[in-house]
Amino acid sequence: MTTAAETRSYAAQLTRDTLIEMYRFMVVSRRLDERAWALHRQGKIAFHISAIGHEACQVAAAYAINRGVDYVFPYYRDLTLALALGSAPQDFLLGAFGKATDPYSGGRQMPSHFSSRALNIVSGSSSVATQIPHAAGAAFAIKYRLQRGLQAPDDATQPRLALTCIGEGSTSQGEWYEAMNWAGVHRLPFICLVQNNYYAISVPYDQQSALPNVADRAPAFGVHGVVFDGNDVLASYDALRAAVERAYRGEGATLAEAKTYRPVPHSSDDDDRSYRTREEVEEWKRKDPILRFGSTLMERGLLRQDDLNAIDAQARAEVDAALRDTLAAPDPAPEDALGAVYATEDTP
Amino acid sequence: MTEMTLIQAITAAMDEELARDERVFITGEDVGVRGGVFRATMGLIEKYGPQRVVDSPLAELSIVGIGIGAAVVGLRPICEIQFADYIFPAFNQIVGEAARFYYRSNGVWHVPLVIRAPYGGGVGGGLYHSQSVEAFFAHVPGLKVVIPSTPHDAKGLLKAAVRDPNPVLFFEAKKGYRSIRGDVPDGEYLVPIGPARIAREGDDLTVYAYGMMAHYATIAADMVREQDGIHAEVVDLRTLLPLDRETVLASYRKTGKALIVYEDNLTGGFGAEIAALLAEHAFEHMDGPIRRLAGPDVPGVPFAHSMQEFFMPNPEKIAHAIRDLAAY
Ligand SMILES: Cc1ncc(C[n+]2csc(CCOP(=O)(O)OP(=O)(O)O)c2C)c(N)n1
Ligand SMILES: [Mg+2]
Repeated sequence: MTTAAETRSYAAQLTRDTLIEMYRFMVVSRRLDERAWALHRQGKIAFHISAIGHEACQVAAAYAINRGVDYVFPYYRDLTLALALGSAPQDFLLGAFGKATDPYSGGRQMPSHFSSRALNIVSGSSSVATQIPHAAGAAFAIKYRLQRGLQAPDDATQPRLALTCIGEGSTSQGEWYEAMNWAGVHRLPFICLVQNNYYAISVPYDQQSALPNVADRAPAFGVHGVVFDGNDVLASYDALRAAVERAYRGEGATLAEAKTYRPVPHSSDDDDRSYRTREEVEEWKRKDPILRFGSTLMERGLLRQDDLNAIDAQARAEVDAALRDTLAAPDPAPEDALGAVYATEDTP
Repeated sequence: MTEMTLIQAITAAMDEELARDERVFITGEDVGVRGGVFRATMGLIEKYGPQRVVDSPLAELSIVGIGIGAAVVGLRPICEIQFADYIFPAFNQIVGEAARFYYRSNGVWHVPLVIRAPYGGGVGGGLYHSQSVEAFFAHVPGLKVVIPSTPHDAKGLLKAAVRDPNPVLFFEAKKGYRSIRGDVPDGEYLVPIGPARIAREGDDLTVYAYGMMAHYATIAADMVREQDGIHAEVVDLRTLLPLDRETVLASYRKTGKALIVYEDNLTGGFGAEIAALLAEHAFEHMDGPIRRLAGPDVPGVPFAHSMQEFFMPNPEKIAHAIRDLAAY
């Protein structure tokens, strides 16, 4: 188990431009997410599941890896991650509206089932934890290619690790255990980012595990474990970048646990008042990752309040434009339901 | 031509595909130095090394789940499930994931994966080393389900499965591993996934079967031809999904009588699909009841020899059912 103090300060090496870019992605994600909640309330979309509160660890994960090149196997809460990897706000909205041009699934999957071959974001299902073995399999493929000389070790144009994300409740699944075990046995270039928001819908973390941290289980798999403040961009980046360096150096897998919180209901179908107090939610809202990162950037003299305001206005405009274009996009034809059952060509 | 057993043909297919394509690797329990508990991967680790013939942890869902992940990013895994009975821990990965990947990504991510598993009874394996699991998977669009009955087909179909861009379940009749022998061409050849094979021609009635039961059905057809002058056509389905409906229907339109043989439990088995197909699309050719000869509806093949033999269809039982139907 690594503590924050032991990790080199990778975050200190991030440039001003990169820090601001990361902040922008967090704000765009938040504004887009809030718009989706509103669209759901207006009856315009059938479902929404939110990344609100998780933005810091997700943007850090995107920037820690080789963005758009390394394999990513996300889960439904990874809106900020998907955006920071290069998926556009409109991609998300096309999915939320189930449009024919939804790039994730052509309107087949529920919203937030991110996928892009160009960005190496691999399609996932709604069944929690099923993507973890896939990510370990992709990491296995990387190791295989390196060992067989099919890929040069330092070739940064090729994927050099697989990152996957999951909620803490879903780590109770057998899928997670079996995949973590492979990652340990084969010392795979693999990172499992657990976004521990303390609830799996209504069920609190202490009903999932007798251990204080998910990452306490790392030694059982023979992988590296690390716990960090998932609402702190810089702490998240430090921990995740260290995991990335380990993977690139061939030193094996990391179980990285971000402590965070979901200050909104689980999904648009949930009412969180039945299982947690308003006081608890309000307390976590004061630790909001965007407020925190904004203050950090101001304290460091990198941005002023009017810069933050400008970024916010820009994000709103971007979301407005994406929504306009989405509304104009066509719905799938009914019989599109019949297509793409079997692949006919074997592309590499 | 070389005479081979069913399992020798399967080993030869994997050997050739490993040699042909660097992206092909094998994983499963005991596939390495042990060469598989049935010896299907015998000699392969010596030839291709432990990076390409990988002993997996004893955990089926991850054998398949790892295979899926490796397949979608460009490798060509052959996953061995030691017995078809132990495929259920991987059911979610096969049915929920492998089968749906291509559809759910609207044709963006495909899963070129082969899952091999020995299936079937008659080997003293009891409830948990005898199961026929094809009906669960033949129900699932996005999967292909292949069950060969001859060494020729086993080799050609397995090579085709490795090259197929979709997840293919390849079920091998373990009872026939060493008892089924046949000629295998010496050079490279493929048998396409999909088409059924007319194993015996005849116009009195049609026997539909696959795997071990197709092998038994040909024996039974030869018996009744010689002993009773009954000309039974045997359709060896070879691929259950996608099913060769044309061949299935064409034979029935010729004979008007159908006996469907499978060693799975009777109810909800794959034979029900054949029966429905005939009733729906060839009703006007019907010249007798559509009959199914299958295992009884009990939760498994019992261990004791007497009960096992009671459970299993065999050439004599098939011949009896043929005579019965021919006389109708
Ligand atoms: C296998 C499976 N069981 C149940 C569900 C229903 N479900 C969806 S999300 C969820 C809770 C997940 O909690 P957690 O893993 O902590 O992630 P979080 O949503 O809190 O980020 C449940 C029970 C599901 N999607 N998949
Ligand atoms: Mg949770």
